[in-house]
Amino acid sequence: MSIIVDKVNYVYSEGTAYEIKALQDINLEIKDGEFIGIIGHTGSGKSTLIQHLNGLIKATSGAIYFHGQDIYDKDFDLRELRNRVGLVFQYPEHQLFETTIFDDVCFGPMNQGLTKEEAGLRAFEALRSVGIPEELFYQSPFDLSGGQKRRVAIAGVLAMKPEVLILDEPTAGLDPGGRDEILDLITRMHRERGMTVILVSHSMEDVAKYVDRIIVMNQGRVMFDDVPKEVFKHYKELETIGLAAPQVTYLMHELREKGLPVSTDVTTVAEARAELLRVLLGERR
Amino acid sequence: MNIIKARQLVHEYIRRDEEGNVESIQTALDHVDLDVKEGQFIAVLGHNGSGKSTFAKHVNALLAPTEGTLWVDGKDVSKEENILDVRQTAGMVFQNPDNQIIASVVEEDVGFGPENIGVPTEDIWVRVADSLKSVGMLKYRNHSPNKLSGGQKQRVAIAGVMAMEPKCIVLDEPTAMLDPNGRKEVLRAVKELNQKKGITIILITHYMEEVVDADYVYVMDHGEVVMRGTPREIFSQVGTLKEHHLDVPQMTLLADLLRQSGLNIPLGVLTREELVDAVMKIAE
Repeated sequence: MSIIVDKVNYVYSEGTAYEIKALQDINLEIKDGEFIGIIGHTGSGKSTLIQHLNGLIKATSGAIYFHGQDIYDKDFDLRELRNRVGLVFQYPEHQLFETTIFDDVCFGPMNQGLTKEEAGLRAFEALRSVGIPEELFYQSPFDLSGGQKRRVAIAGVLAMKPEVLILDEPTAGLDPGGRDEILDLITRMHRERGMTVILVSHSMEDVAKYVDRIIVMNQGRVMFDDVPKEVFKHYKELETIGLAAPQVTYLMHELREKGLPVSTDVTTVAEARAELLRVLLGERR
Repeated sequence: MNIIKARQLVHEYIRRDEEGNVESIQTALDHVDLDVKEGQFIAVLGHNGSGKSTFAKHVNALLAPTEGTLWVDGKDVSKEENILDVRQTAGMVFQNPDNQIIASVVEEDVGFGPENIGVPTEDIWVRVADSLKSVGMLKYRNHSPNKLSGGQKQRVAIAGVMAMEPKCIVLDEPTAMLDPNGRKEVLRAVKELNQKKGITIILITHYMEEVVDADYVYVMDHGEVVMRGTPREIFSQVGTLKEHHLDVPQMTLLADLLRQSGLNIPLGVLTREELVDAVMKIAE
């Protein structure tokens, strides 16, 4: 039990000439402790969907339940929901604004009504967990590198201690080193704290490597919802909607076409390595 | 002839306090030597803050060197009288398509550049049509840019640069904000400009897969050029690249792991076809 999305529809500019059905008949259950990837091309409804999960957008029809409670109920505390479901937007570093890194991270917990000491403690912990060294705490966030800024922005959400962490393309524009840092950080949060993580991504390779379950969005609908292996079996259908399978999946398909008896449900480099060693070295012996 | 030639190029960002005293000096380019021949496709790699963009801005004379010299098509960029020529020779495309489009109709946006440098009206329309055609956006000429996808907007931005008839285009992470489809579209357009029109391309990117077809690759770190060579030479050095916060294409990484496990796979595999060939050779 955690979040249930029940027959949710969302229409932008309803009743006008610009009406767009952004979400159509979405049914999802997100369980505690899951690590989920959402993929889909630009305009497929990914961002609209995640904004429903913490009540920033209200569904045109349908219901969303958080731990069994209807979030559209009059008595439901949406503020509390937003404390428990943290959302990191695209390019979150554009939202840094305080004079020091420490104050910026304190902003969220202070808003939750914590005392200065409590908020400070939270900020300290959050900054440490994203790997910002203490000597930077009282510097301006604007002097940091792109990857560091993004980690500070994520710390700002972590300091609110959410149960569910939703990130909209957290690695966009980062170099490979920065990308790995952020993804490893998120994985650690998931493993060590049991946090439910929902990751919106454009990189099939990253999604295949990190998440346990993939939700594919297309034209406002859920097209696939399964473990990576199963989802990437539909690579031809994914291509028709502007997505793809990871490079290694294609490699295995090509090798199989050439007559090498390899399994094609490989989605990561590590799996590909194991499978090729099994087939090639096994054959030789 | 070298269209771009940098010798001992240095750029320092100097921060001053309110009284004008120097607060800090950051060396963004540290004695860079770099050559680009006309018609080449060059890639520049490096992590965030390595100096790539600072270099790009020199090629377009948006920044002037602190020390050293940069020649663009034989002209020294630090000389005031050369700036207009330099900007016409080397066009620039930035990361965010929304920051580069100014008009409300695609064709007017593309025509803005040539109009600014006084090209006669009838020639402007010829240039606009030609450049939109070269990036595959001609049928959108009467559209509003804000209804286009990211990849389409970025191609309009490239057409805008093409309309200035540059010899060289510098693209500073043009695909960083795009989805996989948009990335493919933009890269295909850039490669075509290079192959069909002979435009010199300098592509700055974080996506290792985009670099595989380049003629030559420069890797920057701390403002210095730390590696240079063909994509094959560069990607053969997986360990060194990781030290510079970079990566290799997924196929290169897998090939490297297989080789370490004792399989006879050549160094510097770049593409899927190459790895398929190498694996099939072992299987036979």
